[in-house]
Amino acid sequence: MNLAARVKPLDTPLTLVVGVLVLAVLTQLLGISLLTRIVTVMFVSLMVVLGLQLYMGNSGILNFAHIGFMGIGAYTAVLFSMTSEAKVLTNADLYPFLVQLHLPFLPSLLIGGLVAALVAAVISYPLMRLSDAAAVITTFALLVIIHVVLLHWDRVTNGPRTLFGIDNYTSLWTSVVFAVITIFAVYLFKESRIGLRLRATRDDHYAAASIGINMVVMRWLAFIASAFVAGVGGGLWAHFITSFTPYSFYLAETFVVLAMLVIGGPYSVSGAVVGTLVVTAAREVLRGIENQVNIMQLVPQGFFGFTEVVLAIVLILILVYRPTGIMGSRELRWPRRRGQAELAGPAEPET
Amino acid sequence: MINLEFITNTLSLGSLYAMLALGLVIVYGILRLVNFAYGELIMVGGYTMYLLTFYTSTPWLAVVVLAVLAAMVTSLLTELVAFRPVREKSLTAMLITSFAVSTILQNGALLIISPRARAVTLPQIFQTSVMIAGTSVPWRNILTIVTCIVTLILLTLLLRRTVLGIALRAAADNFTMTRMLGVPANTVISTAFAISGIMAGIVSIFWIARSASVTPTIGLPPLLVAFVATVIGGMRSLTGAVVGGFVYAILISLLGVVLPPGLVEFREAFMFAFVIIILLFRPEGLIRSKTSVERVG
Repeated sequence: MNLAARVKPLDTPLTLVVGVLVLAVLTQLLGISLLTRIVTVMFVSLMVVLGLQLYMGNSGILNFAHIGFMGIGAYTAVLFSMTSEAKVLTNADLYPFLVQLHLPFLPSLLIGGLVAALVAAVISYPLMRLSDAAAVITTFALLVIIHVVLLHWDRVTNGPRTLFGIDNYTSLWTSVVFAVITIFAVYLFKESRIGLRLRATRDDHYAAASIGINMVVMRWLAFIASAFVAGVGGGLWAHFITSFTPYSFYLAETFVVLAMLVIGGPYSVSGAVVGTLVVTAAREVLRGIENQVNIMQLVPQGFFGFTEVVLAIVLILILVYRPTGIMGSRELRWPRRRGQAELAGPAEPET
Repeated sequence: MINLEFITNTLSLGSLYAMLALGLVIVYGILRLVNFAYGELIMVGGYTMYLLTFYTSTPWLAVVVLAVLAAMVTSLLTELVAFRPVREKSLTAMLITSFAVSTILQNGALLIISPRARAVTLPQIFQTSVMIAGTSVPWRNILTIVTCIVTLILLTLLLRRTVLGIALRAAADNFTMTRMLGVPANTVISTAFAISGIMAGIVSIFWIARSASVTPTIGLPPLLVAFVATVIGGMRSLTGAVVGGFVYAILISLLGVVLPPGLVEFREAFMFAFVIIILLFRPEGLIRSKTSVERVG
């Protein structure tokens, strides 16, 4: 087998990764600190959105709890990566055994992801048989539960007060490396046996069950993997932003991440990438307009919420006119010779 | 602990929650839509009261009526502009749309009015109490209970005695069949959204009266209450919604008394854990509607 044939099945993630790398190199070359910040946060968001795509795209079930797992990952990672002195300074009530913990950045991130995955594994199994409205209400309930716990478990999370003093470990290139790994991982998951079976249950769960696919287990595995990605993403984000509260992981963030995925196209990995890019760019432009209006004091009471309103309107328009998002269920692919394309393309999912 | 004060408090809370849950269920029953924008209708009612009392000297009765009307009109508009175009697409699309509508309304209030809380001046009756059997009972509680009873009677009459009401109930049982029998879908759905808006408007008066102020995010707590109450009662049944509202009020009041102080702040988390348990073991809710359809799997 020659190299081209071997690389061919990976053309989608390779294309996406090349896109990410080009963007990263350009950002590095331009060296504008504001742009670097925006692009770094974008790659972290990309990781979180890809995590959401992993579950939502393949199972077809809405998940409102995703940001909650990002929060769990963030708080856990920070508890490990911060020095004892910094921890005592920001939260004097911390449990004594938590004060001692100290690990380097990467193991902390990993533990953050693992704890998020563990929580997901324990709570979610019975929820995986619910679909539609029941699934939405339970995952929403899960988000509220996680939020209430983060908000009131003072001795771990510092309660509603800001947790500060986190070292800034996440650089542009850290976020790039994680984004690239996640693109490959999520794509390979989609094409794996589990991913394929899960997509079968999404398209027709009776037919899938009749050929022996256990829908609940498939969904469960994807949910755990998705929570792991969100958890690691949360840790990355925490070490970039360096101070946050439980409100950083609630409905406003959930809306942004959902908007990114739905606008891009929830049924493909390319959709998640495109959506994150488009929405980040749009948000920054809108945010710029908002700031400009505030600086010029055109509106007496202050000009807030404009970005969210426009984004929500765009989201509804996408749902009306292109319900499968910008990418539909297509992936970005290298051009093929005639005859090859039909073999390669996955079936369009029913929506 | 369980004295007259506790009972009247719980009853009035239950009345409020019952009306809240009814407004959510009436739309869910027909469209299977869990309306995330429902809480924002309460916010709209609140801001209407703020604007009218702050900038004009409209008499109170008119303020209340206009607040309810504003919530109803907003509800109708969201249906017309946002939900109608995505209705035929998919349930997921409709759910995401309702989340987006909620974001639009919330940030719209931020944009047009202010992120800061606005005080709503209420008539004297909301602050005074009356002595009954040696306990002081706030008039607000009595008003809530009376309003709930009147609303329930009117709604029952509407649903049982009018053609529109019968069409509405038929649509909740089997929407496709109802349409085939010549009932226009848009009329039925609009009516459901109108009733939902009216319920939210009525609730907004009492909800705002408790804090005497309104903020853009005021819709979230009542939305969460409505979610829990409807799941407890069974999402398809209107009677269930009322029962769910009262059960929620009783549970949350009891949790407040029973839980040790350190855990009281977690009681919302307990309520939502309860929701998950109900959805798993008794997805049809405590009150089984006659035409329960399988929603699991």
